[in-house]
Amino acid sequence: MKYLLKNLQIIDPTLHINQISDIIIENGIIKKIAENINPSDDVKTIEFEKTICTLGFFDMHVHLREPGYEQAETIKTGSDAAAEGGFTAIACMPNTNPTIDTSEVVESILKKSENHIVNVFPIGAVTKGRKGESLSPIYEMHESGAVGFSDDGVAVKTANMVKLALEYSKLIGTPLIEHCEDESLFGGSINEGTISTELGLPPIPSVAEELTIARDILLAQYTQGKLHIAHISTKNSVDLVRNAKAKGLNVTAEVTPHHFSLTENSLRSYDTNYKMNPPLRTEEDVEAIIEGLIDGTIDVIASDHAPHAQEDKEVEFVQAPNGIIGLETEVGLALSELYNKKKLSIEQIIEKLAINPRQILNIEIPQIKIGNKAEFTFLIPDKIWAVNLSQSKSKSKNSPFDKKLLTGKAIGIFNNSKLYLNGEYV
Amino acid sequence: MSLSSKHLLGLRNTPREDIELIIDTAKTFREVLERPIKKVPTLTGKTVVNLFFENSTRTRISFELAQKRLSADTINFSTSTSSTKKGETFKDTIKNIEAMKIDMIVVRHQSAGVPDFLTRISNANIINAGDGRHEHPTQALLDFFSIEEKLGKLSGKNVCIVGDVSHSRVALSNIFGLQTLGANVSVCGPATMIPRNIEKLGVKIYQKVEDAIRRNDVLNVLRIQLEREAGGGIPNVNEYHKYFGITSERLEKYNPEIVILHPGPINRGVEITSEVADGPYQLILEQVTNGVAIRMAILYLLGTHPN
Repeated sequence: MKYLLKNLQIIDPTLHINQISDIIIENGIIKKIAENINPSDDVKTIEFEKTICTLGFFDMHVHLREPGYEQAETIKTGSDAAAEGGFTAIACMPNTNPTIDTSEVVESILKKSENHIVNVFPIGAVTKGRKGESLSPIYEMHESGAVGFSDDGVAVKTANMVKLALEYSKLIGTPLIEHCEDESLFGGSINEGTISTELGLPPIPSVAEELTIARDILLAQYTQGKLHIAHISTKNSVDLVRNAKAKGLNVTAEVTPHHFSLTENSLRSYDTNYKMNPPLRTEEDVEAIIEGLIDGTIDVIASDHAPHAQEDKEVEFVQAPNGIIGLETEVGLALSELYNKKKLSIEQIIEKLAINPRQILNIEIPQIKIGNKAEFTFLIPDKIWAVNLSQSKSKSKNSPFDKKLLTGKAIGIFNNSKLYLNGEYV
Repeated sequence: MSLSSKHLLGLRNTPREDIELIIDTAKTFREVLERPIKKVPTLTGKTVVNLFFENSTRTRISFELAQKRLSADTINFSTSTSSTKKGETFKDTIKNIEAMKIDMIVVRHQSAGVPDFLTRISNANIINAGDGRHEHPTQALLDFFSIEEKLGKLSGKNVCIVGDVSHSRVALSNIFGLQTLGANVSVCGPATMIPRNIEKLGVKIYQKVEDAIRRNDVLNVLRIQLEREAGGGIPNVNEYHKYFGITSERLEKYNPEIVILHPGPINRGVEITSEVADGPYQLILEQVTNGVAIRMAILYLLGTHPN
């Protein structure tokens, strides 16, 4: 199959390209990049308007729920949601049932994701069963295709196990991806502060996150290991990562769209779609996170896409599981809150959604040049649209953003020889 | 006159006019309670379900009595475990009960926010009888009724809530409602029992119980739940009693005029001595009687609500 994509603003910060061009793709490979290429009969021609074509976006923090929780999401439905949201690749977390803690589970996920437009990269559990007691077969899982290791959902239990994981993973150069949360300070439902006091909900102190980040950074310094902090959410956390980077440590961090676009004030409705872990924090924390995105302290935007079936989420607030779906609103929120509000440039957005996640996980960046595989995300940064959960490709609908107006949208992707545009394959 | 809402979820957003209407209506019902025949036909034909997901004796009996005095039909549903554990979701339990055509739900639940959640899944009038550590509005309203009976209007009065404020739904409803009525509200207890940022709600904190006694017209003394010791909030009940217990000696020394409330049940010798609990300062049994009148007023006002 041969495609001619016309009138695209091609942006590849790794090659310092920002130009209006046409592109010819043949059998999934970039054949030609030039202005005013003439259509011919054997080529499927698509005319674009005001559209950016950039490196395919990569979401490094997704819960696909398969195996084990297919009532909430499957590899297929989660990948469909990723395509709809503008991602050509995603990394999936290991808190499945069974846990992704053997190469067999890694291989079965890769097998099930074959032939999709979206590539799936499994993240393995650091410890067996995510119990924090003994290392899982990290090397073997890496050989089968696991790109990083995490006990996400909980922090790696003990300092000793973090130390071992940071040391052992040097063999393969993969990061330890930490969900930072001190177990002894946990047990609540929302951020500890004025709102938890007002609502009478059991609180989670911000220091629960910060303590574990501090522990892990000290261990990363001690071992010279590679540490990635998942879903950072507080001002002190941003400061801790900033200081670690200033010392030259191999520490990176990610933030979710909800942590830069919402505060704990949303919780006054007791709507379980605002219940997440880490919890929504204060205005001051959101400002610090945006500051961290601007100065590069926070490397990555990732969704923490966490599907939950309606019957599980539509319960008493304290009993409700944490998390929201995010793949289909992530790019819209990033463009609305960060690019269109002039906090980040389009290049910075691309770094945090396409370049940095791959660098952290040692995955080759699909640069936009002749002879390379065509792996693109198409963006219209000023397109105004309303989120419509009933149209979501995800199997679950747990999101607080239904009907929200956003400015900026990923309208499609090209990957694995397939073009997905405006909700359909072309 | 009618209330601005068809539910009573809490006092956080309840306007002053509503609180005053409930208290005024309760005064009428209080008179009914003094009659030889204590029943009126006001809610004949209305069905009220008492949904108690947490142990409660006094609040449940008080509500049930209020319903019977108003001639409503009453159904009791009590379970100490959440129905979720039995394989049925909370929502399904409510939908099933509602399908039996009921008018009002009185709910007590260990999770904050359950009454709000009920308004989204049910068309009945919802009355919060205590949700987690969030609110217990009928308790606070009977406290206000009792204080005003004794001291006159609450506006400008100084009221201090003493004890485990962090885990108390009575405290939060008192704070919101008292502020709406123009009283000055403070709390007193060790910092482990005072929720974070409470001062941002306009509440003063007293570290020492002696200061709280000296500077207030009313103390609302909370029950110290003995199982909280395990959570580490206090070393033990003896130490709590030594430094925060309400004793006759302290009251006589620092403020013999003070009025003492307690939502019950009392731990004699822990947060309050028997001498105080049975003595001249307290309104404790008055609160219990007023509780029936307040609940009658709320049931009446919501049961005849135009919406």
